[in-house]
Amino acid sequence: MLGRAPGLWTAAWSIAQKDLAIELRTRSAFLSVAVFALLALVIFFFAWDPTAVSPLDLAPGVLWVTFTFAALLGLHRSFGAELQDRAIDALLVAPVHRASIYIGKAVANLIFVFALLLVAVPAVALFYNLPFGDAIVALGLVALLAAIGMVAIGTLFSAMAVNTRMAELLLPMLSLPFFVPIVITSAQASTRLLAGRPFAEAWPWLKILIAFDIVFAVACTVAYPYTLEE
Amino acid sequence: MTGTAAPLSSHPRARAKPVFDWLFVLAVLGVLGVFVRVALFTPSELTQGDAQKIYYIHVPAALSAYLALIAGALMSMVYLWLHDERADRLAESAGEVAFVFTSAVLITGPLWGKPIWGAWWTWDARLSLTLFLWFVTASYLVLRSAVDEPSMRARYSAVLAVLAALLIPFIHLSVYLFRTLHPMPIVLKPERPSLPAEMLTTFTLSVLAFWFFCIVLTRARYRLAVLRDEAAEDT
Repeated sequence: MLGRAPGLWTAAWSIAQKDLAIELRTRSAFLSVAVFALLALVIFFFAWDPTAVSPLDLAPGVLWVTFTFAALLGLHRSFGAELQDRAIDALLVAPVHRASIYIGKAVANLIFVFALLLVAVPAVALFYNLPFGDAIVALGLVALLAAIGMVAIGTLFSAMAVNTRMAELLLPMLSLPFFVPIVITSAQASTRLLAGRPFAEAWPWLKILIAFDIVFAVACTVAYPYTLEE
Repeated sequence: MTGTAAPLSSHPRARAKPVFDWLFVLAVLGVLGVFVRVALFTPSELTQGDAQKIYYIHVPAALSAYLALIAGALMSMVYLWLHDERADRLAESAGEVAFVFTSAVLITGPLWGKPIWGAWWTWDARLSLTLFLWFVTASYLVLRSAVDEPSMRARYSAVLAVLAALLIPFIHLSVYLFRTLHPMPIVLKPERPSLPAEMLTTFTLSVLAFWFFCIVLTRARYRLAVLRDEAAEDT
């Protein structure tokens, strides 16, 4: 790379690697977010009478609510970490396209959030006694699509929220209305899959989710440089 | 402005236009006039009785909220394109006015819903969409209040408004598929409006009065933003 600026994707991948390396060496954020998710799953179980509402009916809702809030906790850390010693300034003066900062952050966040799902989904299956069976692959797809949408939105809003007063409060306030279509579609799709219904019944919901992911992944990548000063 | 010796005539507050706003008075009188016509000179609906009359406030308020929201989203796009602070002030004003009208829709809706549906609130598609519009507008205003630096505030809020404009169709689609119960449109539909002539006149007058009020309110709020920015430059 002597004297030549790296391309968009190369730069993005370096930034993602940097974020993941920090996370792997400290493990602070992931552990606390994972424990938060487990705690929420357990508390939700006691919030309903399991003899009145079948755990099978409860599980998708609990999973998506827990996952949404746990993901938000993780996303806040994404640009929050750059605030220390104004590390973000070093990223901004680097000779890379500014969209690559967003993409790199988003890729690292996606890996973070998907790892969180790998903890949360088996925990729901265990605590709520779910028969996963054949639906596991399709459910994994739903989870991945939901994670992409949340990360696209959450990464951008995390970049904005850290520069405001009351950042911890503002990120959920900005993000949650945007998570509504994600939560509705993925909860509807996973309810059908968990009930053993054919994949074709979940597909119309997934189509909306895929369209949402494409629109917001593109829109947020385009929008990120606009949040920065000229 | 530096120093304290500046002559009084160059002081922004001395230049400021008078606060009294004739258009505003006119708009308020227009809305009050419509209220009188609705209460006294418009027949009651046969099955719903007087409860139906809230329709003349509820729907025009919703149409005014849409007007302000569309103006706010367009002005945000203009700001991201041209970086003109007037576009930012207009977006700010339209956002606040949209919040007021969306709140009016959310208050008048349940007042009608209780006697007619038997419930203050249902999770019908339109109700959910309006509620989320209200949330998005509220978070827009909170974001504006949480950023101190003017150009950063303008950039952030414009980005949020443009993304929110992309979000609305998705919320609409997903809550519509979730369930719907709301009365279908009876004026703005492909066929002719199925409203008796007297009621249609009241409705049309009401929409015009509300839209005029909405525009005048935005204008008043815009003038306030100009004065505030001038005062901020002065200190």
